[in-house]
Amino acid sequence: MTEAIASDTGGTVLPGGPGEAMLVEVRDQGALQTQDMNLNIGPQHPATHGVLRVVIDLDGEQIVRARPVIGYMHRGFEKLAEARDYRQIIALVNRHDWLSAFCNEIGVALAVERMLELEVPERAQWIRVLMCEWNRILNHLMFIGSFGLELGAITPVFFAFREREDIQHLMEAATGGRLHFTYNRVGGLKEDLPLGFLAASEQMVRNVRTRSQEYRDLLQGNEIFLARTRGVGSLPPDVALDYGVSGPTLHATGVPEDARVTEPYAAYDKVEVPVPVKENGDSFDRFMCLLDRMDASLYIIEQVLDNLPAGPVTTKLPKTVKAPEGEIYVRTENPLGQGGYYLVSDGKKTPWRCKMRTPSFNNISMVPYLLEGALLSDMIAILGSVFFVVGDVDR
Amino acid sequence: MESIFTFESLAFTLVVKVLAVVAFFFVAPLVVGYMEHKVLGHMQARLGPMEAGIGPIKHGVGQLVADGAKFIQKEDITPAAADKWVFALAPGVALVPVMAVLVVVPFGPGVWVENLDAGIFFALAATGVAVIGILMAGWGSANKYSLMGALRGAAQLIAYELPLFLAAAAVVIQAGTLSLVGIVEAQAEPWFFGIPMWFVVPQIFGFMLFFTASLAELSRPPFDMPIADSEIIFGHMTEYTGLRYALFMLAEYAGMVVLSALTTVLFLGGWYLVPGTTWPYDQLPQWAAALLGFGVTMGKIFALTFVMVWFRATFPRLREDQLQRFSWLFLIPLAILQIVIVGILKVVAS
Repeated sequence: MTEAIASDTGGTVLPGGPGEAMLVEVRDQGALQTQDMNLNIGPQHPATHGVLRVVIDLDGEQIVRARPVIGYMHRGFEKLAEARDYRQIIALVNRHDWLSAFCNEIGVALAVERMLELEVPERAQWIRVLMCEWNRILNHLMFIGSFGLELGAITPVFFAFREREDIQHLMEAATGGRLHFTYNRVGGLKEDLPLGFLAASEQMVRNVRTRSQEYRDLLQGNEIFLARTRGVGSLPPDVALDYGVSGPTLHATGVPEDARVTEPYAAYDKVEVPVPVKENGDSFDRFMCLLDRMDASLYIIEQVLDNLPAGPVTTKLPKTVKAPEGEIYVRTENPLGQGGYYLVSDGKKTPWRCKMRTPSFNNISMVPYLLEGALLSDMIAILGSVFFVVGDVDR
Repeated sequence: MESIFTFESLAFTLVVKVLAVVAFFFVAPLVVGYMEHKVLGHMQARLGPMEAGIGPIKHGVGQLVADGAKFIQKEDITPAAADKWVFALAPGVALVPVMAVLVVVPFGPGVWVENLDAGIFFALAATGVAVIGILMAGWGSANKYSLMGALRGAAQLIAYELPLFLAAAAVVIQAGTLSLVGIVEAQAEPWFFGIPMWFVVPQIFGFMLFFTASLAELSRPPFDMPIADSEIIFGHMTEYTGLRYALFMLAEYAGMVVLSALTTVLFLGGWYLVPGTTWPYDQLPQWAAALLGFGVTMGKIFALTFVMVWFRATFPRLREDQLQRFSWLFLIPLAILQIVIVGILKVVAS
């Protein structure tokens, strides 16, 4: 075929000419010619946390090219929000990233409150910080467990779920939900904390702190774990910023950008927020960031428990909440990175447009950069440490 | 000593021997499998199977029997693009070599089927054949993941076979015989100026690397790259269902028993209870000695399989290239060092 076309054009194939696509690029002249294998990872694959699909070209075990295909879990939350009133959206937005429900819903609550110029009671703001941090720990535990699982260490995930179960019990006592808390309301919270919650919280902080040491013992000092993660999937800070990567994935590269510090919301301006950063931006650093962030969250929780003011947790609102005409963008630091909530109102009961900036989408967008040239086994270490939830990618 | 399975009639002897091997082959892996369920469960802050039981005994003792019954009921699927014959034969090819090794392994004084003069040679050669089953499964499945798993399995073979053989060679040098029974009996004699010890003491490196290499041979964690469920689904077993899949699993657990048995025989003094002496076997009637010997050997085997399960709960998976590096730069030099040590000790001791 190629020959036929070549003879038509006088023996040469012109660049951009009709025969160009027919040419097979011959690499390493004289060496054994190998053919790349095209492999579909997903949409159903144990390492993709749901239905992410990555199409990769493999040369032996080496990845030549990787293209993530997203959209298998698109559920149209942004469009749905246009048909819900402002209070209903809260129940909607905690669903796309099911691992950080509370941190998602607070963003929309903040956006609507800022549009209404509403003063949120002090106690509600502190409790929001408390719940945000518990949710962050819940989320990080999940990723710590699953990262180990993907590398073949099957034990951490069971340990992680033991703690997750306890924390979920705690949050269930206050919110009534285990996964989708829907505890925020425009102007405050659904209700005050139940009796004994603070004491249980304090106990839980101690529990998680001692047990987070177990994860460190199990993985941090493990030769094989180090060999599998050190120097794998290194991300330079400038590339990370170009792709809009945020959260622990960004902190691992050494950039301390954290919305809780740079643009504090709720009561984050009244507590000290430690932002652990690393240097190398490889899988190991990303994982360690997660562990350190858990400790940081525990520290914040302790501050909240010490300083929680008394008072009401809700504000009285009219029966229908109508945001004044205009637009607003709110940034929050979600467990996986920065969440952005852009609401446009035309003065009606429902928003005219709701746009979410979700951290997973940006995190997954730089996966082709990290995967190029990596080994198939490293793909697992990379995908597992670029923290994403598929629902959060596709929305 | 004659095998306890030897009778006057040749045909009867043959039947008993075959039955003994097959019975052991199907029962021992179940015990190991059950142990894995429970040990992993307790190491991971959970209970493991609790319900399935045999009669009034619960705690999941019947779990694997129930699993087996389930596998039999499952639909036997052959992929449309599969190489039908290769696909169908692969589980058998993976299974039979493991069974063949059982023929030469001594489990107690007289508790062996055949005492081959080249026993260790036969055993190691047979275990190496199992990888052909993996390759057949990977190729026959017509699945890219299976193919990758099979190629990883083949690559692994190159990495672990050499240290395995070198470690066994050191034992053979010290024992002065290739027969597995002979190797066990050699460990009853005090060695090196009358200090009573099994081969594990002078051959501690050999013991460790034989055990490590047998983990790689079995594709057990941390060397389970050919299976690597989070990367390549389930390697060569991806397309298998029902009974054929169960046969692969049986081969894995029987392999654990067989390689632990070889480790026991080569390094841990086989059926002997006390290093450097044949006590208490020399004072017991033959049937009691056989029974006690079998018990002691199985105890040692289960201790080793327990360590294998422990490794699974503790270690993540290595990468294929890391195994190669580990093998060529660490295991093989260590194995050669072991041979040198044994050689020097042997000359000095004699």
